[in-house]
Amino acid sequence: MLALLDYGAGNIRSVEKALRAAGADVQRIARPDGLAHARGIVLPGVGAFDDCLNAIRRQELDGAVKDWITAGRPFLGICVGYQALFDRSAEFNSCALGLGVFAGPVVRFQPTAAEPHLKVPQIGWNEVEITQAGCPLFAGIPDRSHFYFVHSFYPQPADASVVAGRTDYGQTFAAAVCKDNVWATQFHPEKSQQVGLQLLRNFVEFAGRG
Amino acid sequence: MLARRVIPCLDVHDGKVTRGVQFGRAETGGLREVGDPVELAIRYNDQGADEMVFFDITASAHGRRSMIDVIERAADRCFMPLTVGGGIRTREDMSTMLQAGADKVSINSSALANPGLIREGAEKFGAQCIVVSIDAKKVAPDRWEVFAKGGREATGLEAVAWARRAVELGAGEIVLNSIDADGTKKGFDLVITARVSESVGVPVVASGGAGSLEHMAEVLLAGKADAVLAASIFHFGEFTVGQVKDYLAQRGIPVRRLVR
Repeated sequence: MLALLDYGAGNIRSVEKALRAAGADVQRIARPDGLAHARGIVLPGVGAFDDCLNAIRRQELDGAVKDWITAGRPFLGICVGYQALFDRSAEFNSCALGLGVFAGPVVRFQPTAAEPHLKVPQIGWNEVEITQAGCPLFAGIPDRSHFYFVHSFYPQPADASVVAGRTDYGQTFAAAVCKDNVWATQFHPEKSQQVGLQLLRNFVEFAGRG
Repeated sequence: MLARRVIPCLDVHDGKVTRGVQFGRAETGGLREVGDPVELAIRYNDQGADEMVFFDITASAHGRRSMIDVIERAADRCFMPLTVGGGIRTREDMSTMLQAGADKVSINSSALANPGLIREGAEKFGAQCIVVSIDAKKVAPDRWEVFAKGGREATGLEAVAWARRAVELGAGEIVLNSIDADGTKKGFDLVITARVSESVGVPVVASGGAGSLEHMAEVLLAGKADAVLAASIFHFGEFTVGQVKDYLAQRGIPVRRLVR
């Protein structure tokens, strides 16, 4: 069973449907005790960083997620569920601490000399260049496939070796990370048609082996 | 590079996709029935549509109930972004549609009547969820006015000013529909599309007037739109989404191609 963490994220239904289409047995889990029979955790997310982290803490899922990750068990974070793995966010008035699984801040897109009118949020399909050869997250997915993004902020991992895929939008940013059991994407695989479903199948398979 | 998006729009009337001949004719019977919305959504999904917009043209309580069913069924089968518009008047209406499986909600007359609804929605669900749709009509050589109620009611607002205000309030995307061009198949209104797109820091979706492949390219190039929305050109089988993208790619416009 995959535990889909339910802390009130608006897109949980989409993620649940896509995981089922990818062959997963999914249960929505709102409390740490629901993780007893899980083989993998999926942390979805959309909206504000603080809302996500405050809800996770309120439901006492923060410690459980960190223990899970430290124990080397399969974890997939999506969008804000990816950003939550980092230290803190530069989002307006943000004061919530991230989970600190990876070192680095979550920063906002900035206009550049080349693109002074960069539109924020980035909304739409952008290419992901796979930067980790043989990364299981992208197994069966062609390099530079388009995935669906909706976001104004992105994490800057201090350790570049965790970056599994990168994308250009005014600046080059880490669109996905993959380090051992911890997989996470800034884009929405649940909204990225065939390539997104393939990525979710990769995680379902990885968790099934764990 | 971020791809420009091609978005089929499904006008839904009592659970069926219909297409009005021109603005505001839905009630007077000027409608052609096109088919089942979920089947059409699956067809466009398979053709490589980047998103789908479902628009409830009845905007009635009954229409809303059948729309919830349409969205739930479409979201079960299409793993792509879905937007719902028409008849969304409150934060609760937004919540209902998002829970049914929509990723974004589009508001138009209700935002004009109550601009605070944009902020309420953006604060609760995030700006990326809130699309403000603007129906603009050229009323003088250099003035485009915003109309409410499906183009029937003048608001006195100037289109660029209203688009800017909507974004300040929290709109994450603007759909700009030209009342003059809608249904004519004679091309988008490039001038107002470019002006709005250059005036706001969020993506602008051009709507109204698509009749040829050239029209789609020119509104993305000269019109500076981030996405194109069209209905008839797809519904009546003139072009597939894939054909539109092949043409746009030939013109040097970045588009997402399906992985085969």
